[in-house]
Amino acid sequence: MTGSSPLMTDAPPIAEPDVAPALPRLLAGIPAHGAMSLQEHLTVHGPAPVSGKRGRRNPSALIDRIDRAGLGGRGGAGFPTATKMRAVAGARRRAIVVANAAEGEPASLKDRTLLQKLPHLVLDGAILAAEAIGADEAIICVCESAVATVDSAAQAIDERLRTSRQSSSAMAELRSDRSPRLQLATVPQHYVAGQESALVNHLNGGPAIPTFTPPMPFEAGVRRRPTLINNAETLAHIALIARHGSQWFRQLGTPTQPGSTLVTLSGPVAHPGVYEIEHGASLASLLEAAGGTTARLRAALVGGYAGSWIGEERLRGLALSDEHLAPHGASMGAGVVLLLGEEACPVAETARAARWLAGQSTGQCGPCIYGLDALATTVEEIAGGLVTATAMQRLDRLASLVSRRGACGHPDGAVNFILSAADTFATEFADHARHGRCDACAQPGVLPLPAQPGKPTVPRKAVVR
Amino acid sequence: MSQRLRLNPIACEAHGMCAELLPERIMLDEWGYPVIDGEPLEPALVDHAKRAAQSCPTFALLLERDRTRD
Repeated sequence: MTGSSPLMTDAPPIAEPDVAPALPRLLAGIPAHGAMSLQEHLTVHGPAPVSGKRGRRNPSALIDRIDRAGLGGRGGAGFPTATKMRAVAGARRRAIVVANAAEGEPASLKDRTLLQKLPHLVLDGAILAAEAIGADEAIICVCESAVATVDSAAQAIDERLRTSRQSSSAMAELRSDRSPRLQLATVPQHYVAGQESALVNHLNGGPAIPTFTPPMPFEAGVRRRPTLINNAETLAHIALIARHGSQWFRQLGTPTQPGSTLVTLSGPVAHPGVYEIEHGASLASLLEAAGGTTARLRAALVGGYAGSWIGEERLRGLALSDEHLAPHGASMGAGVVLLLGEEACPVAETARAARWLAGQSTGQCGPCIYGLDALATTVEEIAGGLVTATAMQRLDRLASLVSRRGACGHPDGAVNFILSAADTFATEFADHARHGRCDACAQPGVLPLPAQPGKPTVPRKAVVR
Repeated sequence: MSQRLRLNPIACEAHGMCAELLPERIMLDEWGYPVIDGEPLEPALVDHAKRAAQSCPTFALLLERDRTRD
């Protein structure tokens, strides 16, 4: 926050009461075109603090600071980041950090945007996290289809290497000679490719599909070493918490969900895209920042395709934090807010999404293979009409048969999405079941879904650059 | 020390042996895959559970010690 940032140690920063909680934080100075260079990054944020002596037996005080900040993971599950770091730091073998920007969620763009535009924030976080847990290596994982992000991340890593080789005194703060080795790996585009065990499996040379746990990645992950997998945005927050401290972080957000968060807003708004909001901010303020809606809304999908629908009548006054969303059966997930306009048919949209989700099963667990297919078929039958009244009961029964029976959370997320749609759009579902397709059914789908459900059935080796 | 059954759903290929050998605790879903509740096994069933786990052709059924209650 200060102009000439002295090298900070792990001592807590001096509180600056005159500094008002302000946004943007992560997105500060985001360039309209191209990526922020290392020099610009250091001008905007100052150098990353030097952590004290650390080793596998002496984890950095940064973890305590992240704990006090109350940082939760931003990949969807919201697990406390400090707890995760401690689990890896306490392991006997040398750890590895994985920065997860696989972002298989089609309605989310925040990780690829962050890493494309502001790569050094993520790299800072990866390096700081690696130092804090005594890791000597950090692997940045990016979806192979996000070409611009892959290029930008590769350039940023090169930039750091060049800078450390020049090793000028001005850049001495970077301490790159002691920094963990940075690597880039691409991940196939698939809904569950970014799931932790799938990512580990992929980085170990297998297909990017989930494995049976334990061992958990923090016990035996990449090359059987204890592996800290953090979402790219989570690491970017670590880069700022290391600089400004936990009190600063808590100046925004709610007591139970502190800080700011990136949100991918899409649907009928003037300017869809990635926004940074504080947890607990109103949906109305987000929509205003995006230039307002361009159509009457029917509902919003919060949390992505594993998330929940919230009907239009409940959108007014809605605040975006897990505690505010909980009464609506929703959570922030990976920060997805997808608006559905009134002109779209929610039943046809749900049928398309359910079929897509079934296609994203990696085909390993029976209940997921057959259950999601049966669920998608049932939604399609309802959307097509002329079904008996038991079709809705069949949805519930199938859902209970699928939930919690896969090796990963994919079937649970899909079930949540489908049941939430059936609940939020109960009237529309009942109308379709009785009378068949509506006029809006014939329209092309509006929910963003990749055209080809890429199935990682053929093992593809991780491309480590 | 109580024991529980756990399934590796990736390894399971719906042979259904487990449900034959331990119908008290395992039923099959409409696709032939076992539904397991994961509750602690009563002592009288532990031997049957052991036999069910050992009989699984894909070693997908696991009999695990309950670490939280010992």
